[in-house]
Amino acid sequence: MREEFEVAVVGAGPAGISAALALAEKGIKVIVFERGEFPGAKNVSGGVLYGHDLGESVPDFIRRECPVERNIVESRVWYLSVDGGFNVSFRDRAFEEGLSFNAFTVGRARFDRWFAGIAEEKGALVVCGTTVTDLLRDDGGRVTGVRTDRSDGDVTARVVLIADGINSALAAKTGFRPEPKPNDVALAVKEVIELPEEVINERFNVEAGHGVTIEILGEITKGMDGVAVIYTNKNSLSLCIGANLFDLMSNTVRPYEMLEEFKAHPMVAPLIKSGRPREYMAHWLAEGGYDTIPHLYGDGYLIAGESGMLFNALHREGSNMAMASGRLAALTIAGALARGDTGSEGLAGYAAALQASYVMKDLKKYRRFNRFLLNHKELFSTLPRLGASAAREMLTVDGISKKEKQTSIRRRIQGAIPLARLARLLWAGARSIG
Amino acid sequence: MKVKVEDKLFLDRFRVDEEAHIRIIDNDICIKNCLDQPCLYFCPANVYKLEKDRITVAYEGCLECGSCRIGCPRLNIEWRFPTGGYGIAHKFG
Repeated sequence: MREEFEVAVVGAGPAGISAALALAEKGIKVIVFERGEFPGAKNVSGGVLYGHDLGESVPDFIRRECPVERNIVESRVWYLSVDGGFNVSFRDRAFEEGLSFNAFTVGRARFDRWFAGIAEEKGALVVCGTTVTDLLRDDGGRVTGVRTDRSDGDVTARVVLIADGINSALAAKTGFRPEPKPNDVALAVKEVIELPEEVINERFNVEAGHGVTIEILGEITKGMDGVAVIYTNKNSLSLCIGANLFDLMSNTVRPYEMLEEFKAHPMVAPLIKSGRPREYMAHWLAEGGYDTIPHLYGDGYLIAGESGMLFNALHREGSNMAMASGRLAALTIAGALARGDTGSEGLAGYAAALQASYVMKDLKKYRRFNRFLLNHKELFSTLPRLGASAAREMLTVDGISKKEKQTSIRRRIQGAIPLARLARLLWAGARSIG
Repeated sequence: MKVKVEDKLFLDRFRVDEEAHIRIIDNDICIKNCLDQPCLYFCPANVYKLEKDRITVAYEGCLECGSCRIGCPRLNIEWRFPTGGYGIAHKFG
């Protein structure tokens, strides 16, 4: 390709597209490379997106027919033992009215394609079916463009934005981001299960167009640091379950067997009954948090989204951080181009802008969270088991006095986990999210 | 629980490249120097299978998560993105 571009973006996901859109709006010549057949072909997320960050890029996204599956009006958290579990949930009329589209579900194959289409309307060029295999660099090591797997596939640009996601073989190859260690990522599998729209409405107790998210911890990940979710789409459910990759390696657990056992759990099975599995996918989550974030800019390049490990594991926020970082990268690039300095110094404003935004503030706040989960495996074994057995015992009416029951429960807890350990766990847990 | 991963992969749409995007660098290392062979378990597409004297790579059903690249204890797996436009293409995502 002989054409000249000011900015080349690697990856047409939320980070790359929000950057391309913002650049194109300013009249900057930008090209986006996407290795999938179409934007979204390779992308996976649990499926929840947040209106705030999308609205910054596309204020009228509803009017522009953003492919929303369901507006989330209720959030549930489950803590499961093998045979049952606890459920806490919150619903608010505000999420149906004033705060509608605060959070909503999407299928990424449709959403990313729609989002990229908006960027194209603004003037960005999106080239699909093209893998960026390397970055071009001059003698001084400054990034000067991208090498693609097309014949004659070198494209020069004054700035390259790396936004090819958590599994960024490019960031690893160029050394701009060290490969994640197995305990810095979770490997999650996802199944999309089709059900009639009305059946989902009834099973989840919602009106048409409204949806529910369920975030799930407990014995379902077989003692491993992991999480599962169930999200409602228009006429399907997204079921995801994943665990820390290091834990999966050490426990010889097959992710798809863990998924099938999850589907058979007594609190899950009735929700998906008679549903038809339609798709099966796998993806990493960047669980390492703040301390695994690489240096996010240098001479002629920036990194945005999950390529930069920007993911809030506690709140399951990723695509919004991708959009926010993509937009901030675009602002920095526009300024740098205007000043004529696209070197490391010219792009340094990106790091400062990220630090000042909710992205880094939140990631810094939860920087200890991943380690807390990894170091306290009783959260995924002993504790849900004890909790469930205590609840079962208190709810069983069998002629034994409540006082006797409490004594036996207390003994059982003390036998399973020393109180000092339990106190330390609570302290560490509070600190990790404090 | 025994699950046939083939039933799951059957749901997905793949455009298979003739050239493999995954390669075991040295199969001897897998057989002689890797006791746990965790790739046989954690790969969500069961790409890796132990045959008599080697581990085979069914790259055609790869879900492109990248786990084997960093999860191989011997870092003995070469993994790149499939050629542009090839590999899995999500219908829902």
